[in-house]
Amino acid sequence: MKYIPTIGIECHVQLCTKTKLFSEVDNDARGKEPNSCVSPVDYAMPGMLPRLNGEAIKFAIRAGRAMNCEINPYSRFDRKHYFYPDSPKGYQISQFYHPIIGAGYVELPSGTKVRIEHAHLEGDAGKLTHFDTYSLVDLNRVDTPLIEIVSMPDIHSSKDVHDYCKELWRLMCYAGVTYGDLYNGNMRFDVNVSVAPEGSSELGTRAEVKNLNSFRSAERAAEYEIKRQTKLLEKGEKVVQETRGWNDATGVTTGQRSKEEAKDYRYMPEPDIPPINLSSEFIDEESAKLPLMPADYRKLFDGVIKSDILEVLLDYPQLMNSLRELSTREDGFLGDGSLAPVVTGLAPSSSVVTSGSPSKASSLVLLISNLFASVLLAEEKSAEYLNDLPTAKELDELAEMNIKKELSSTATKEVFLKLFDPQMKGRGAKQIAKELGLIQENDLGALEKIVDAVLAKPETQKAQADFKAGEEKVIGFLVGQVMKESKGKANPSAVQDILRKKLS
Amino acid sequence: MKIANKKVTAERLVKDALAKAKHFEDYHIFTFIDEEGALKRAREIDAKIAKGEDVGRLAGVPYALKDNFLSPRGETTASAHILEGFTAPVTATSVKKLEDEGAIMIGRTNLDAFAHGSSTENSYFGPTLNSHDRERVAGGSSGGSAVAVALDIVEFATGTDTGGSIRQPASFNGIYGLKPTYGTISRYGVVAMASSTDCIGFFTKTPEDMDLLMSVASGQDPKDMTTLPDYYNTEAGAKSDNSRLAPSRPSLRGSGAHSAPVVADGLESSDSCTRTIGIIKEFDNESVHPEIRRALKEKCELLKKKGHEIVELEMPALKYGLAAYYILVPAEVASNLSRHDGVRYGFRSDKAVDVDSMYGETRSEGFMPENKRRIMIGNFVLSSGFYDAYFLKAAKARTLIVEEYAKAFSKCDFILTPVSPNPAFKLGEKVDDPVAMYLEDVMSVSLNLAGVPGLAIPAGETPEGISLGLQLVGPRRSDKALLEFAKELE
Repeated sequence: MKYIPTIGIECHVQLCTKTKLFSEVDNDARGKEPNSCVSPVDYAMPGMLPRLNGEAIKFAIRAGRAMNCEINPYSRFDRKHYFYPDSPKGYQISQFYHPIIGAGYVELPSGTKVRIEHAHLEGDAGKLTHFDTYSLVDLNRVDTPLIEIVSMPDIHSSKDVHDYCKELWRLMCYAGVTYGDLYNGNMRFDVNVSVAPEGSSELGTRAEVKNLNSFRSAERAAEYEIKRQTKLLEKGEKVVQETRGWNDATGVTTGQRSKEEAKDYRYMPEPDIPPINLSSEFIDEESAKLPLMPADYRKLFDGVIKSDILEVLLDYPQLMNSLRELSTREDGFLGDGSLAPVVTGLAPSSSVVTSGSPSKASSLVLLISNLFASVLLAEEKSAEYLNDLPTAKELDELAEMNIKKELSSTATKEVFLKLFDPQMKGRGAKQIAKELGLIQENDLGALEKIVDAVLAKPETQKAQADFKAGEEKVIGFLVGQVMKESKGKANPSAVQDILRKKLS
Repeated sequence: MKIANKKVTAERLVKDALAKAKHFEDYHIFTFIDEEGALKRAREIDAKIAKGEDVGRLAGVPYALKDNFLSPRGETTASAHILEGFTAPVTATSVKKLEDEGAIMIGRTNLDAFAHGSSTENSYFGPTLNSHDRERVAGGSSGGSAVAVALDIVEFATGTDTGGSIRQPASFNGIYGLKPTYGTISRYGVVAMASSTDCIGFFTKTPEDMDLLMSVASGQDPKDMTTLPDYYNTEAGAKSDNSRLAPSRPSLRGSGAHSAPVVADGLESSDSCTRTIGIIKEFDNESVHPEIRRALKEKCELLKKKGHEIVELEMPALKYGLAAYYILVPAEVASNLSRHDGVRYGFRSDKAVDVDSMYGETRSEGFMPENKRRIMIGNFVLSSGFYDAYFLKAAKARTLIVEEYAKAFSKCDFILTPVSPNPAFKLGEKVDDPVAMYLEDVMSVSLNLAGVPGLAIPAGETPEGISLGLQLVGPRRSDKALLEFAKELE
């Protein structure tokens, strides 16, 4: 019998607001001493009251719109009670009954749509570090704003688990609501997996793997659960509804506590924070601040950049923005602005795709995107490398030299890399190319002189004879000799043309 | 209030207050007296007066602070063992406003631990005695504050009122006690009991003093999201959520509001203004002490003589008040007390061996029995499976009560009712019967659920000399008008 997995995912996103969700303390505790970003409100001193951060509400609206979600005009906070040292108040302030973000969907690169059930705002918990006989509490993270995004069980493969998590990450980064630093837990995933026989109308019993902090571990944990649960069912055993932990080193999930004895959170409306009423004008105003999203770029660069390359580049929102800028530059040498109407929404995207010969702008974008992709795919540079991107003008200049054949492809890449070099910053592509002596010789008269000199050399005589006798491939050897003579500056295709003329 | 009386120094006033506090020591009024701090403040103010500097509207006035207000002066214990040793690093907004106007806190007053109670017998430090009869309770939870004012130790005292904790001890001790409209005074820096009903208010000897304190303490506070924009000190101060009290109606019996001349301070001069006063039928029966019924009747006669109209109101929804209150409030109490876990401040049991026992032992030893009772009720009504049957149902009853008051105030301007069914009872009389104790709150709690203001006013004494009090209730934001009208009942 074939078993079909059904998967739903809950994702916690830490918002990069300036201050915490309920106090005026710095929300960015990266690299700071434990318990240094904590106010009396955060550590729950008696008499302290939460003060809702308006920026978090704005971020939530943007995050919601990034997932095509409805924004609820009325939302409210609730208290979720539990005793644990990471929760100073003894409850978490969350949104149980009336979340701010309603239903929506996320479209994966494959076209699969995963529906969003809702998403809500809440405060994060503190961090515990356990030692042999004691534990230490760091409250820096307490009440960092989170949005918890709850998907519908629309995922049926571990690959889609990966793609969904990654797409969520991209959406949140593009929306600018999170630092998106997975290593530091800015996004954490809980994956709910069940399997059921194919054709069954009912879902199987699910297990939840909590606190996964990378796309890869979410994918692997899902993969493991699908196999584990399928095996159990094949043996005629039952899946226990429970929370399971993931061990990244061993690649195994293990049971933690079963849902039957799960805590009773005793939800209660938060009386210290009045309900949030958002006007449609306010929602529209915030929604309008969303930049182009991955789906927009896919449409925009469809037929321009190969989709596998585009998927690599899409991880870098600033880069995509740079490419967009490049493609819409009308004052650039090659940027003829032919993509501009699409970007500004004035023309259907098909105008770019269907044109038989690629526009100048699209060939330029293609060139630059290939450069980025080659750098990123080869993992020569990390993502931080892209924090300080070359300007559109610099890239435009580089593309101009390449397309005018002033730079070979190798030289283009070399100059491209130098554009990131802090010591070369601001010099521009042309200047760098000149300094490095990479500009190709295109002067036919000068090239002819070099060719003549090479043809006069005794070591090329045999090759010349062979070529004349019809051995086509030795032309490569001769071009190489000319290139060597020119110290690499000659344009090889021009050299070949001259050689063919002379030897015919 | 001897405010800005230049004939007497602040130091003299404070010394007198301190001496009286000492004299009445055995009443258990104070949990802490700050002799040094108060005298220092007094001398500072006297020096300012000597230099002719602005010293504020409450300059040199000694007051007592209920011990659930945060201030770095002395420990804030809320009369609870579990907060022992806790000194607040911040000052409550209300306290700051008082002190900015020159008021001088001489000490912190006793209360039922965490304000849970109607007699101050639930204090970790023992009960406060009634100002008129030492064998009787002071009322609660703000018992210490009420007695401090009634015995004339201080000019005024702060209180908190979650279900009657200002009005009931005020009436038990024959003074004025105001529970303002919910949200009038910031709750920031006051140990929370039940966030949606907690109100900060005062005890005074006259409505005029109360008016001054309200004018100082009212107003929106960014630190408390539930505070209302300041209505008390604005031109519309005499206006309320009830159009009947609009300043443009100098006489409620006169021509219709539309044709009435616009008088900005229509409520200022009460001679020209007659009011309709409602009496709640449901609170006028055998279960109410005969002396209290007599006092109510007398006040009604007085009002009629002054030209005001008395109408009888039927408010059947109020019968759900006590039950709804003792579901909703314990739920919030249980939640608000969750933070007392022995980790970051206050008391921690040394019996703790691990995290669970640290919570368990600390809370078992640190809370009073009444605290634990409310925590258990609260957690029960919020439990999965019981939420709809208890909490949600009580929340719906609360809505009915809000509507009932709105309806009542379409028929009258104010309501006059007893504060409690009985005057001050004997110490120990109801300690072992929590339900009997809760029943004492039957007439006070519905105001908190509705968020409307209530002023306890003195109404004489029983033949045995026990204080009697009544409460004057108004629509939301009618606090100023309420205090103005209270003068009619003097």
